[in-house]
Amino acid sequence: MKIVACINHVPDTEAKVKVGGDGKTIDKASINFILNPYDEFGIEAALQLKEKNGGETVALSLGGDTHKETLRKALAMGIDKAILLKDDSVRDSFSVAKALADELKTLSPDFILFGKQSIDYSDEQVPGLVAEFMGIPSVSCVVKMNLQDKKVICEREIEGGHEIVEATYPLVISAQKGLNEPRYPSLKGIMASKTKPIEEHKPASVSNVVEVLSMQMPASKQAGKIVGTDSSAVPEMVRLLHEEAKVI
Amino acid sequence: MKILAFAEQREGKFKKSAFEVTQAAKTIADQLGAELVTLVIGDEVESISPALSAYGVSRILVAQDPRLHYYSTTVYGKILAEAALQEQATVIFLPASQMGKDLAPRAAVKLSAGIAADCIALSVESGEIIATRPVYAGKILIKEKINTPVKMFTLRPNIFTAVMKNSMQTKIEKISVNLTDADFSTKVTGVKIVEGRPDVTEADIIVSGGRGMKGPEHFHLIEKLADTLGAAVGVSRAVVDAGWRLHDEQVGQTGKTVSPTLYIACGISGAIQHVAGMSSSKCIVAINKDKDAPVFQIADYGIAGDVFEILPVLTDEIKKLVGK
Repeated sequence: MKIVACINHVPDTEAKVKVGGDGKTIDKASINFILNPYDEFGIEAALQLKEKNGGETVALSLGGDTHKETLRKALAMGIDKAILLKDDSVRDSFSVAKALADELKTLSPDFILFGKQSIDYSDEQVPGLVAEFMGIPSVSCVVKMNLQDKKVICEREIEGGHEIVEATYPLVISAQKGLNEPRYPSLKGIMASKTKPIEEHKPASVSNVVEVLSMQMPASKQAGKIVGTDSSAVPEMVRLLHEEAKVI
Repeated sequence: MKILAFAEQREGKFKKSAFEVTQAAKTIADQLGAELVTLVIGDEVESISPALSAYGVSRILVAQDPRLHYYSTTVYGKILAEAALQEQATVIFLPASQMGKDLAPRAAVKLSAGIAADCIALSVESGEIIATRPVYAGKILIKEKINTPVKMFTLRPNIFTAVMKNSMQTKIEKISVNLTDADFSTKVTGVKIVEGRPDVTEADIIVSGGRGMKGPEHFHLIEKLADTLGAAVGVSRAVVDAGWRLHDEQVGQTGKTVSPTLYIACGISGAIQHVAGMSSSKCIVAINKDKDAPVFQIADYGIAGDVFEILPVLTDEIKKLVGK
């Protein structure tokens, strides 16, 4: 079985992201980048699929040299092989998905795993786009998956519940928190990751279909009213919510 | 020019987003001088479709088949793309819900369409639709336009208004669906619904608890207030990481992004990753012992005091108000 985890390198959740000089991208200076948190669930799912069914795991990432750091983390967690689609351009979801799909076609995996979203642009569109480009099914926001013969039974999160989804594979899965508990890289894994090779491929250039016109910080909110410091302030708070804000 | 809106329904009931998407699409259609058509997919949906006419749509396409009772990524994607081609629609609106976000990319590739995802505002400038959407979980807003002939937009639920207007004469047309077994390479075989409180992404009011709640045994205080208000329960990442509550309630950059009318943050300090997920709430209330907590910087109203003392009193006061 061939299993590919597609992963991304994104600003840390604690990062104070600022608009860059061009007004269309972020200022990357002094920002700490990490493996996209949701992709850890995808990597863990890939490792578990291999442990149960045998085969090979590959981590695939599209981006500049800095993405190697994130690929090394995947290798340290136990992924067998890493591929960097080396590309420094700013791409939209459509263009990222096309490049990933082109590479994935040459790998012909049984399972392709993503995190349910990349916490930078959070489109949640790339997994579905990749699947459609490849002409294979996809299940998004998966919190449970089981392989039964030629079928995969998944649970995907929806508003206020779960859908039970039956799918065939090759299959694209996007993983939601709760699917598994991602393992920490072992010391042995970390040592091994340093010597595992990262293959570099050049993706075909595809022009973006969505054009960013401007990027701005949201209007900063005025700090509100401190109504009091104990429960004696509650009646006034309720009055304000009812009469001034009109929200209850 | 034609605009297609996808109206989401589950179990024969329209989601609130169906009305939001229809009305937002109507507003854009009017500005562009375009015709609006709404698509409904499901099992028994012809009878519920007239409800959409109060939101400004005059023509509704209905794809109805027993096999469409549950959602299917591949099948719904095929029907949506075929309907768009048939109608020669060049703009498509969907909700950025769990269904819409799953469906949009499948249809987008078939239509070679770009997607502006999770939009929170739309405008028309020089005949082009400009979408505003939050990125980096709302730390930054971008404006963007789509450069493909067919353009798709998914709209964040709870942001666009849906106000019932006078119903207009609405034509409902059944469209034929030719489905083969191969189309069902994904199919939903059942749905597990969590009974009780609303989901955080759909709720009008959220009562959220953070590390300041000090342990899972104190969340009954949050739940009581939530139930008094008919609200959802939200939590911060620290609470999920500590194993006090499940992740489906988590609000923030690694949880859900929410925009309720009222967000009550209890014992939440206001870490940047949490604020990113809830700052688009219309009214924010903070209750926190630490008067210097960053959450007060974004709150509309605050009480700088002990949540354990304040929450029961707040629940009682609101009971009095709602009881009136």
